[in-house]
Amino acid sequence: MLSNSSMRTPLARVRGLGSAKSGTGHFWLQRVTAVANVLLTLAFLCVVISLIGKPYAAAVATLANPLVAILMLLFVISGAVHMRLGMQVIIEDYIHSEGLKILAVMANTFFAIAVGAACAFALLKLSFGG
Amino acid sequence: MAEVKPAARPLSPHLQIYRWSWTMAMSVAHRATGAALYGGTLLVAFWLVAAASGPAAYDTAQAIAGSVLGRLVLFGYTFVLLHHMVGGLRHFVWDMGHGYDPQTRMNLAKFSGLVSGVLTLLVWIAAYALR
Repeated sequence: MLSNSSMRTPLARVRGLGSAKSGTGHFWLQRVTAVANVLLTLAFLCVVISLIGKPYAAAVATLANPLVAILMLLFVISGAVHMRLGMQVIIEDYIHSEGLKILAVMANTFFAIAVGAACAFALLKLSFGG
Repeated sequence: MAEVKPAARPLSPHLQIYRWSWTMAMSVAHRATGAALYGGTLLVAFWLVAAASGPAAYDTAQAIAGSVLGRLVLFGYTFVLLHHMVGGLRHFVWDMGHGYDPQTRMNLAKFSGLVSGVLTLLVWIAAYALR
């Protein structure tokens, strides 16, 4: 923070320093994926419940059903995007050291993409892989 | 125009100084459940990868999920997931500009806790009924 005795106006001091930058985009994507997640989570729960007690072949047949596969894919993708945004806010709230914060935000992105990719690959293999 | 010494900035007091209220508890719970679900996606990934790996891996995953500990974890996961979902619905109400007066805020907080508990039980009743 700069001294009060500065001759720069308050506006000049804060201009370009806003924490937001792409904040509205972040906020909005969080909301869009949240809305999607409500519907997709309910679909996910239905799929999981329907698989309880099923033998392997029947479970794979369900997961390879196009409607189920698409809903599951959307669930993991929307979930990964949503959780990445949410964890980024947590990191920015609690980690104050700039370098560590950047590393944590980057690791957060890697984690979200890795988990999303693993889920997506598994789902696609269930549908297309022999 | 030397801008030398940083001005002292007031800091807001940390969490522990406030008296706990329902709204505060549910706000903390929303973040905590979100963080828990972040780790919980690993379970979804393990399960899907096991299914994609073949019958042996899938049966192992099902055996773990079906064990007493597995069921406890999954019950907790269900509650955390639905709690975060219902908490999110509460945020939608606020996003649309409603529910800001003290009484409504308090009711929304208590209601979301109750609804997520009831939904969790419904999911598990359905799971046991349909298996």
